[in-house]
Amino acid sequence: MNKHDTLRPISTEGRLHTSTPHDSAAKQVAGRADYVDDLPEPEGMLHAYLGLSAKPHAEIASIDLEAVRSFPGVVGILTAADIPGENDISSVHKHDEPVFATTRVVYHGQPIFCVLGKTRDAARRAAKLARIEYRDLPHVTDIEASMAAGGTLVTEPMKLERGDVAAGLAKAEHRLRGKTVIGGQEHFYLESQIALAIPGEDDEVLLHCSTQHPTEIQVMVGQVLGVPHAAITVNMRRMGGGFGGKETQGNLFAAVAALAAKKTGKAVKIRPDRDDDFVITGKRHDFLVDYEVGYNSDGKIQAVDATFAARSGFSADLSGPVTDRALFHADNAYWYPAARFVSKPLFTNTVSNTAFRGFGGPQGIIGAERWIEEIAYALGKDPLEIRKANFYGTDSNNITPYHQTVEDNVIHRIVEDLEQSSDYQERRKAVLAFNEKNAVLKKGIALTPVKFGISFTATWHNQAGALVHVYRDGSIHLSHGGTEMGQGLHIKVAQVLADAFSVPLEHVHITATNTGKVPNTSATAASSGTDLNAMAAYDAARQIRERMEAHAAKIYEVEPKDVRWEYGGIRAGQQFVPFAELATSCWMNRVQLSAAGFYKTPKIHWDRASGRGHPFYYFAYGAAASEVTIDTLTGEYQVDRADVLEDVGRSLNPAIDIGQVEGGFIQGVGWLTTEELVWDAKGVLRTHAPSTYKIPLASDVPPIFNVRLAEWSVNKEPAIGRSKAVGEPPLVLGYSVVEALSMAVASVADYKLPPRLDMPVTPERVLMGVERMRRGEQG
Amino acid sequence: MTETTNTLRFILNDEDIALTELSATETLLDFLRLTRRLKGSKEGCAEGDCGACTVLVGRLRGGELVYESVNACIAFTGSLHGTHVVTIEHLSQPDGPLHPVQQAMVEHHGSQCGFCTPGIVMSLYGLWMRDANPSQLTAEQALQGNLCRCTGYAPIIRAAKSMSQFGEIAADPLVAHREAMKARVRTLNDGKTVEIGEGKARLIVPATADDLAEAYAANPTATLVSGATDVGLWITKFMRDIGPMIYIGNIPDLQGIEESAAGITLGAGVSYTQATGVIGRVFPPLTDLWLRIGGEQVRNQGTVGGNIANGSPIGDTPPPLIALGASITLRKGQELREVKLEDYFIAYGKQDRQPGEFVESVTIPALPAGEKLACYKVTKRRDEDISALCGAFRVCLDNAGNVASARIAFGGMAATPKRAKAVEAALLGKPWITATIEAALPAFAVDYQPISDMRASAEYRLLAAQNLLRRFHLETTGKTARLVREVA
Repeated sequence: MNKHDTLRPISTEGRLHTSTPHDSAAKQVAGRADYVDDLPEPEGMLHAYLGLSAKPHAEIASIDLEAVRSFPGVVGILTAADIPGENDISSVHKHDEPVFATTRVVYHGQPIFCVLGKTRDAARRAAKLARIEYRDLPHVTDIEASMAAGGTLVTEPMKLERGDVAAGLAKAEHRLRGKTVIGGQEHFYLESQIALAIPGEDDEVLLHCSTQHPTEIQVMVGQVLGVPHAAITVNMRRMGGGFGGKETQGNLFAAVAALAAKKTGKAVKIRPDRDDDFVITGKRHDFLVDYEVGYNSDGKIQAVDATFAARSGFSADLSGPVTDRALFHADNAYWYPAARFVSKPLFTNTVSNTAFRGFGGPQGIIGAERWIEEIAYALGKDPLEIRKANFYGTDSNNITPYHQTVEDNVIHRIVEDLEQSSDYQERRKAVLAFNEKNAVLKKGIALTPVKFGISFTATWHNQAGALVHVYRDGSIHLSHGGTEMGQGLHIKVAQVLADAFSVPLEHVHITATNTGKVPNTSATAASSGTDLNAMAAYDAARQIRERMEAHAAKIYEVEPKDVRWEYGGIRAGQQFVPFAELATSCWMNRVQLSAAGFYKTPKIHWDRASGRGHPFYYFAYGAAASEVTIDTLTGEYQVDRADVLEDVGRSLNPAIDIGQVEGGFIQGVGWLTTEELVWDAKGVLRTHAPSTYKIPLASDVPPIFNVRLAEWSVNKEPAIGRSKAVGEPPLVLGYSVVEALSMAVASVADYKLPPRLDMPVTPERVLMGVERMRRGEQG
Repeated sequence: MTETTNTLRFILNDEDIALTELSATETLLDFLRLTRRLKGSKEGCAEGDCGACTVLVGRLRGGELVYESVNACIAFTGSLHGTHVVTIEHLSQPDGPLHPVQQAMVEHHGSQCGFCTPGIVMSLYGLWMRDANPSQLTAEQALQGNLCRCTGYAPIIRAAKSMSQFGEIAADPLVAHREAMKARVRTLNDGKTVEIGEGKARLIVPATADDLAEAYAANPTATLVSGATDVGLWITKFMRDIGPMIYIGNIPDLQGIEESAAGITLGAGVSYTQATGVIGRVFPPLTDLWLRIGGEQVRNQGTVGGNIANGSPIGDTPPPLIALGASITLRKGQELREVKLEDYFIAYGKQDRQPGEFVESVTIPALPAGEKLACYKVTKRRDEDISALCGAFRVCLDNAGNVASARIAFGGMAATPKRAKAVEAALLGKPWITATIEAALPAFAVDYQPISDMRASAEYRLLAAQNLLRRFHLETTGKTARLVREVA
């Protein structure tokens, strides 16, 4: 492992580095791609539905489930008392996340019991009939309330520090302080959470789940049932979207389904209604960034001191690593001579916030972009100038606040390239001229960069396995630890495998992710799916290939050096042997045609306590330039144009990567503009369905939307095919729209006042910003 | 009373369906997925917002068989009598070639996770039959009711714009065999009233307005359902008991659109889509609003009559209809009465409608020449969103340029759609100039004390409402004061 430089494809005729459609595309467009709810249902299958807390924080005084139990079609009820193992599914083993609440509820919507019905409709209707009496306790819903109540943390905070921050602030020519409010985000995967558990012999259970992390489902179900991991098998063919929302949030549903299946001896399916999915499952963390920055008149930052407070919800879940990653990205692409970043993963009586594409990184980056913007307004300059003044150097000024040296910096070239291709400077002049002439409509334009660290910061997660079989007919069975949620992981790994065996892609048979085939997998997350799993598959292929090469040399009696792979087979001396024939020959001669591959990311290490290390294998870069128009009477706006340039190294599949960039960018724009989560004073989420929570539509996409991959980029590290990760970084670029909106708002006061728009920048926030500008307020 | 039948009949893809037992509140999506095990249509939200369950429903309209996209998750099976339902499974066979629309989606990488994809394909299929070479704006409009969380829509739009490259429309079964299918559908529409079930499970699908009047008088606690874009959610979200149910979408008497110099009259069963043409012709300033009501599926399902009858304070059509002085005809048995629309809304959840009385039609007087009209819907997201506020403005200036009459109505500003009478009074008789507008703005606070909710704060609502009057004034004086989405 790790000994191959995969820069060049094995075969030039293969489809590596080419745009190949998603492996499931034809099935998806025909409605024949199966999701868990589409699978044939085992005979006698029951449906589970959760009964939820009606209070954000309360003691449970009494529970009367008689009306539930006697509802027609109900066959049983499960509560915490029915759990043979632990009543806990904390993914970080903090024992703070019960399957079912027992004596106390800590958020509105927390599961208390589960109804089993012959139909989903019966179970769902019955679940509403519980009579539960509560004794209310005081609750805190948001960051400020949590801090006011003492600022309880759900997990250990982190600090990153480099340089002398106090001295840096003191000697800087200017200082400014500010606060940035960044909202949360609901994943809104189109397929809501779902699990189907089928009981097996003894303590066995087979689960079909929509999850990014089959191994964790296995671990959690094992824990709840009190059985070894080996008894649990999790099968996962595809998700209808994940975005981080199915990294840990499927655990509850899987645990309930498995528990019910073992209790009843029947298969059990659980699928919450969309509104319940919104209410029960965690979201992207909202953040309050409190910062002080010292800078000089040339715009160069001298020191930054910032606190990143996050609404974590009622339990730790992934809030530790999420807030860590915010700190890891509070530099974005900028070098700070001195910096101190502190995280505050705050307890709130809300759903436990969780992973979401970017995993805290985007919030860290937005902190950085906001103080850059503030400096620009204070100095009366284009924020892009301030950005350039602070970019990491290539040979110097390249140490991050976590003491890793940036060795692959391409941000200068990315930004230069995009500045040219988007005609940024001319368009900025045109925007300024437009604003001079127009009273009601105002425009803004902004170009913002991203540098995103690639690797799990928990180093042990950076490992992957694969299982590859070559059958006698030359067909190849591919199984690896990564999960497919639409991102095109499977097709990329299949391309790598086809290339490794020098066969047409059609030889490779993609199969469901299964904990029985590849054990101890990591979540498909942190943009790392391809980096890790394609390498593991490549390692498996390499083992089989070497055996096939040796076999070919032996039976065709040539030197091993005279055996080489050609498209469709192998050439041994003068003899060309088609792949299928070679496979048959290997079998006849008792050559093993199966291998387990493994990969672990090299170079990385991290010491959280000291805040030092090399947590990221490499960085992915990108930039976007967005132009907007706002209506200063209503705050309504539109994005007129966006140009995005993304560094994906040497793309394994440009079409798939473009899809990730386009989709990630729009998802980021949605997060920061129209996607508003509103909890009311009673701790109840009021935006719990698409009717109230507004993700982008086709008509929100910029009419001019130019998305490019930086074709000149090659990963400096020998990652698979010299490609780079692509899942998360483009999401951050949605911020360019926020800054463009800010400029349009600032135009009302001739760009003299910092616009300071809280996010999401809804039309209301734009109008209120305009009003502040009109009143001459700082915000 | 016309003849009755106890069988609900429709065609599902190629198959004749005849149901004599049916829960009135069963949704089409449950029928497809649970009863028929057709798993291609997906449930994404169960409230008609995401479009993952989109199917086409073909209905006879003016002698033609017209296919429209519908959200199966909120359409009741009971609403399908005499229709042809087309699901994603009908577009291609497992062993056959993909349909051109599907092929375009594959070629342009239009699916990622794929869960929204069948619904998107169905919406595009509906579009393709109308317009195989759509502009981007047309494609966006057809996709207003379809959410995709993965792709950012760019590849889907590319697919939509290139659909015609992947096959001939004439070869499509729904196009090639339209006449034969029309004949099949026509035989199902035999003019009989359908009655299935008893008590609360009872479903009645009247064939005539008289049957409806009779059935409703006999069952005054019944719920009248047309497009079910609201009532569907009473079932899928609130699990309410609404039976018996009377489905009023199969009544030709309620499908009328009358257009004259005096104005237009829309039967209560006329969908937004059916009314789009006449609204655009007679009231061009309402077109923008009209095409922002729900998504396309919701406009195909929902009706103006339903929008009025359910009395929502945030319905899209009441503000402009009140500004235009519309009235509705209410019917109970054979008794008819006319009510000014502005008088129909009494309080939150309370309308001037007696038990057993139903909205038969709405009449909108034509706008006299020279009068100015505008309607502005303000939302968090441009399309397929519920109004934070929606304001309709109508003024008539006299020869001196003074305001001779003014009618202003808002939704989202009060517990009902409501006129801004204090603002109107502040404008009346004054010159139509900026100073008049500014002087009238404080009157908004007299007319409205809006609430804060998840859509907007009270402060924003009031300020934006005032600014909409400013916008109206600017626009009537030739200034640009609103965003228009322009796509090259």
